Amino acid sequence: MSEIDNTITDAAEQELLSFRVGEQEYSVDIMSVREIRGWTRATPLPHASPYVCGVINLRGTVLPIIDLAKRLSIDVAPASERNVIIVVQVNGQTLGLVVDAVSDILSVPLSELQAPPEISTDHASGFVKALTIIDGRMLRVLDLDSVHPPINTDAA
Amino acid sequence: MSDPMNEIRASFFIECEELLEALQDGLLAIDGGDTDPETINICFRAVHSIKGGAGAFGLEELVRFAHRYETVMDAIRNGTLTPDRDAMLLFFKAADLLSDIVRASQSGEQLDAATIESTLQDLEALTGDEGEAEAEEEAAAAEFQPMTLSLDMELPSADDPLGSKYTIEFAPEPELFKSGNEPHHLLRAVSETGTAEVSCDFSRVPALDEIDPEGAYLAWTIKVETEASKAELTDLFDFVNGLCTLEISEETAETPEETGPVPDLAPPPAPEPEHAAPPSKPEASAKTTPPAAKPAGGQSGGPSANATVRVDLDRIDRLVNLVGELVINQAMLSQSVAAAGLDSNSQVTSGLEEFMQLTRDIQDSVMMIRAQPVKSLFQRMSRIVREASGAIGKRVTFVTDGEHTEVDKTVIERLADPLTHMIRNAVDHGLEDGPTRLAAGKTEEGTVTLSAAHKSGRVIIEISDDGGGINRPRVKQIAEDKGLIPPDQDLSDTEIDALLFLPGFSTAKEISDLSGRGVGMDVVRSSIQALGGRVTIASESGKGTTFSISLPLTLAVLDGMVIKVAAETLVVPLGTIVETVSLQEGDIQRLGPETNVIHIRDVFVPLVDLGAELGYRPAPTDYEGRVVLLIAQEDGSRAALLVDSIEEQRQVVIKGLQDTYGRVPGIAAATILGDGQIALIVDPVDLMANASGKTGSPSDDLQLAG
Repeated sequence: MSEIDNTITDAAEQELLSFRVGEQEYSVDIMSVREIRGWTRATPLPHASPYVCGVINLRGTVLPIIDLAKRLSIDVAPASERNVIIVVQVNGQTLGLVVDAVSDILSVPLSELQAPPEISTDHASGFVKALTIIDGRMLRVLDLDSVHPPINTDAA
Repeated sequence: MSDPMNEIRASFFIECEELLEALQDGLLAIDGGDTDPETINICFRAVHSIKGGAGAFGLEELVRFAHRYETVMDAIRNGTLTPDRDAMLLFFKAADLLSDIVRASQSGEQLDAATIESTLQDLEALTGDEGEAEAEEEAAAAEFQPMTLSLDMELPSADDPLGSKYTIEFAPEPELFKSGNEPHHLLRAVSETGTAEVSCDFSRVPALDEIDPEGAYLAWTIKVETEASKAELTDLFDFVNGLCTLEISEETAETPEETGPVPDLAPPPAPEPEHAAPPSKPEASAKTTPPAAKPAGGQSGGPSANATVRVDLDRIDRLVNLVGELVINQAMLSQSVAAAGLDSNSQVTSGLEEFMQLTRDIQDSVMMIRAQPVKSLFQRMSRIVREASGAIGKRVTFVTDGEHTEVDKTVIERLADPLTHMIRNAVDHGLEDGPTRLAAGKTEEGTVTLSAAHKSGRVIIEISDDGGGINRPRVKQIAEDKGLIPPDQDLSDTEIDALLFLPGFSTAKEISDLSGRGVGMDVVRSSIQALGGRVTIASESGKGTTFSISLPLTLAVLDGMVIKVAAETLVVPLGTIVETVSLQEGDIQRLGPETNVIHIRDVFVPLVDLGAELGYRPAPTDYEGRVVLLIAQEDGSRAALLVDSIEEQRQVVIKGLQDTYGRVPGIAAATILGDGQIALIVDPVDLMANASGKTGSPSDDLQLAG
């Protein structure tokens, strides 16, 4: 809870970009989103974690791509042309997230964001920073820091 | 965000680097017999400018050293001291120390004051007495330096002790300040006409409680040496006419020494001879003789005289990146034009060809921006030679050649450490000591040569000494003693030379300060290989040893072979490939349950499957007709890398993976191909080092069965 308070103190509302991974709805802080682009085949990296799709060419930069469904252990069909890539910036690093579809941009009052209940058994719950309810559906706010693979550990 | 003072400070230190370089050049030229008075002037001005700037930033240590250095140098300038070889060594040493102090001032570290002091005293001993009585003048220098921020103003050179001397007594009235005049500007204007020595008279300043805040109590005495006439000087004070007491009197010329170490108000401009002298000076023509007319040995002449712009390295890197993208984009465009099936004579195609030409030109030019002459590196090495030879008491002549050869900046930076090591080795191990040399019929003084040249798209740097050559029996003996090679092996000369590069090999009988810590040539070799380079040794007994380093011109592009493995496109650096072989039946020999070797010209080479090593596919079942790349490994042995097919050979733009993803074993970097896809660049040496070597047992079974 304190973490949420820390990250969002000076705004009464937070703008979120919501998207779908499988049947689940997630969102990220819109300020960390750089762009949204169509799916392109990634060049696989040897010895990488299964959720790392590889790297793609983003206008001359080598951009690592993460399969969010695999990362969150959500069962979906393998990524294809129908997927989109959300390019986000985490801790000064740029990263692509493969998701099923981008849905909406939402303004959520901070007061309506609640910390996820502490159930440590669920693997994916570690990636959720906060929860909120939009039109009766649960929307998860993704914790980008934990999605992002730590540099070098995968490689080692 | 950034403090402007810090920026100015930073640019001062950059300037210092250039000045130090000019100083080195000048000293080298003098050492090489250059007697042109302008050469010593360049040195003097370099030291002087450093002093001026240092004063402005309150770097007292630096001011003090530069001041005393410059005083001694002035003795050469006015002819009272003719430096001999030992004196020149001292000057070099002092120049080295000066650059140490500059660096220490920049980083805020402390230097050993005793060394500095002893060098200075040695230096001052050359001129006899001059050292001591300077403290006062120095204080004055420091006091007035803050006025001299305008380092790059186009001021006339202040060093030529020409013209007449005037003493100007200048005492402002309160009205002068009321009318908005500023004595500082006047003082500066005077100093711009020549060499000025300003002293301030505080004697009329009353006690604090008696001070009229709008009163004027200060008076200045300016001793100026200039070719300007008295009337011209008076003109400078035209605006304050009647607002001050002004007295200008001409002095009869005295000994020039008096004005030598004078702390000028305005430091002389950067030491390019070109813009120094105003046209009115009769001597000007002599001073601005084209540098080409001077002896070649390390003059600051030609290249440094060109107008230069200082650019943040980040910006250049961005430009390099963008051009890389342009090249990729252009390749993509050509591909789609070709795919559209347009007539090869169509306007689009011919336009595209022009575009391709332009892109290539731009790429070349951009790469040129990053290229720098190796000169600064070589200068650092000359210092290493001096220090190393001094430490072990050998007399060494250091010769450099081709110092204007341009190499990528990163290469230069990363070459410094290995080169330092090799130079020290050459001095310490390569050259024999004096008596041995004389006994061998050579001169007592050894020679170490460092040269650079462009050869077939690569840079060749050679370090050679005229020492005794590699003592091969001893090298072999040591390697055997250390258990690096089995005893009684029959080795060729080249193979023995290569032992020097083995980790843990050190030939020094005793561990000296200089070299021989056992972390020798293997580190040198791996750092050079990291730059995509190679080291080779040539040694002749009794004649000397030459180490040749061959480096790529740039680290931004790479010649690679584009290959396919399991539908993935990869690039293998061309430099590592010795040859390519198409496998025939019977080339493969089984060795152990999961490993195979291939049989090429009576040599068995381990076979490594690229696809399996990278985890792209299981090892194939049939090897016939497949292609292997023979890779040269660090120890000279070879390995065969199995790929599916070879696509083409081309230049690729290197994109690091380190920053965006992290290190991937077996992969050096990435690149972007013409179709916009990313291809990984294989690091074959790393890959081989970590290879499992499994080349699939099922295939063997099949092969055996078939």
